Amino acid sequence: MADIRTRLGDWELDNPIIPASGTFGFGAEFAKLYDINILGSLSFKGTTKDARFGNPTPRIAECTGGMINSVGLANPGIEKVISDELPRLRGMFKKSVIANISGFSIDEYKYCCERIDREEGIGIIEVNISCPNVHAGGMAFGTSCEAAAEVTKAVKSVTTKPVYMKLSPNVTNIAEIAKACEAAGADGIALINTLLGMRIDIKRRKPVVANKMGGFSGPAIFPVAVRMVYQVYEAVNIPIIGMGGIASADDVIEMMMAGASAVEIGAMNLTDPYICPGIIEELPRLCEKLGIERLTDIIGAAHD
Amino acid sequence: MTEEIFTLLRNDAIAKDVYKAVLKGNTSQITVPGQFVNIKLDGFFLRRPISVCDVKPPFMGDEGELTLIYKTVGKGTDSMSRMTAGEKLNILTGLGHGFDVSASGKRPLLVGGGVGTPPMYGLAKKLVHAGRSVDVILGFNTAEDVFLADEFEALNDLYEFGCEGFEGGKPEVRVYIATVSGETGTKGFVTDCLGKIDECTHYYACGPIPMLKALKAAMAKAFPGAGGELSLEERMGCGFGACVGCSVETESGFKKVCTDGPVFPADEVFCS
Repeated sequence: MADIRTRLGDWELDNPIIPASGTFGFGAEFAKLYDINILGSLSFKGTTKDARFGNPTPRIAECTGGMINSVGLANPGIEKVISDELPRLRGMFKKSVIANISGFSIDEYKYCCERIDREEGIGIIEVNISCPNVHAGGMAFGTSCEAAAEVTKAVKSVTTKPVYMKLSPNVTNIAEIAKACEAAGADGIALINTLLGMRIDIKRRKPVVANKMGGFSGPAIFPVAVRMVYQVYEAVNIPIIGMGGIASADDVIEMMMAGASAVEIGAMNLTDPYICPGIIEELPRLCEKLGIERLTDIIGAAHD
Repeated sequence: MTEEIFTLLRNDAIAKDVYKAVLKGNTSQITVPGQFVNIKLDGFFLRRPISVCDVKPPFMGDEGELTLIYKTVGKGTDSMSRMTAGEKLNILTGLGHGFDVSASGKRPLLVGGGVGTPPMYGLAKKLVHAGRSVDVILGFNTAEDVFLADEFEALNDLYEFGCEGFEGGKPEVRVYIATVSGETGTKGFVTDCLGKIDECTHYYACGPIPMLKALKAAMAKAFPGAGGELSLEERMGCGFGACVGCSVETESGFKKVCTDGPVFPADEVFCS
């Protein structure tokens, strides 16, 4: 039987399968369907300082091989997450979780990370830098090395927990952004977030989602994600969580060979709620077939 | 919610761009009128949420039957309309909170607009089974859009034979139709039929958002104090509460249409 355990720094996971932020809520919906303790970990819904309704609806659109969402970080706010959601989650899930934190200013990132730093059962903090910086003309933090590094430094200054920066793929040079985060003290990199996309309803002659544009995710973006994880692995010496369109155990192996130490499963949870247990069951069999004894042996195997 | 495989028995056109699909499978998760199912279709990423029209529970080893009525509004529902008997469908079933049958009062009013009509049929059937007489108002654009009107009328015969009468007599179903074109029934909207309703302490409705808003306002005038339940529609990612794609602002905060609804108390929504 293949050993499918993996590590993110000092944190050992039973397997590399982690539901991605925004596709798994705080676990409750899936805990009704299967024992979520079989997961490696889970990344909870992106949390901001204040409660957010998010963008106007409709905010979901069908795409070939995926979907567009413009949910816009709808969440109950950090205080409610800590007072209500985390205790409920701890009741269902006995392992450490990934705290996904978002912000629209450096202060907001700092505030949320400082609050979450005092909580038990947080394996790592995953900092989403795809949000627009309201103090800099709305440009996403993750699209410049300076802004990405600034967020990393700010967050590192308020927490002792491992900090993974979750990168936006909507950039020219993803490796440079990753390097900037590493230099600023990041303990790891998570990528990719959704690709900026758009659909137009040809009968109404209007964009399908109210916000016009949204994040494109699903199996269609997998090759982009593999490419970017591969590039980042060449550029940094910190662990990588790979994500973007993973839909099968084969995809998990491919993503790990590109350089990921663990993976997140996103959009597929929404259409196939049993995707994660399915992959966890399949992984040892696939390893056997491919002659993989320890999953950790293949991390970055595709590199020269 | 469970994931089930259903077999398509029939899939017939019943009005302009409107189809009725009858499927065989485990319907045990569908317990309340107003719930919906989410259907996986070949060649599409997202499932298609469709409200339950009618359901026959599994009985004595027989599988249950699920009736869905849907309109072809895009590529997904288009491809559904081309499915043929015998095809297997992966369906997430028993989704959402439906209508509160116990709140009906003596003679509830049911209002369905266009493709919002199907869940009102399952509700009417349940209410008639419970001995309630119901008034039904259905709104459509033109005569060729009208569907289910005969089926609602036929609920009058549900207790024709071998039925012990209910206190207050045999349940009666009165159906009023409004068409925008005026070809069938009252010319205008569902709200133009409210004058024909004698009494109402509770109403249920499903239809386009503008209809629901107009109805809520008209009901407040025509039957002050009447309680109401409105079934909302919104584009969904998952249908079971994970993606938060289908949020709505209510008097008690942000709610998910898929899991907190789709049915909401009328005084909770469209308040601003």
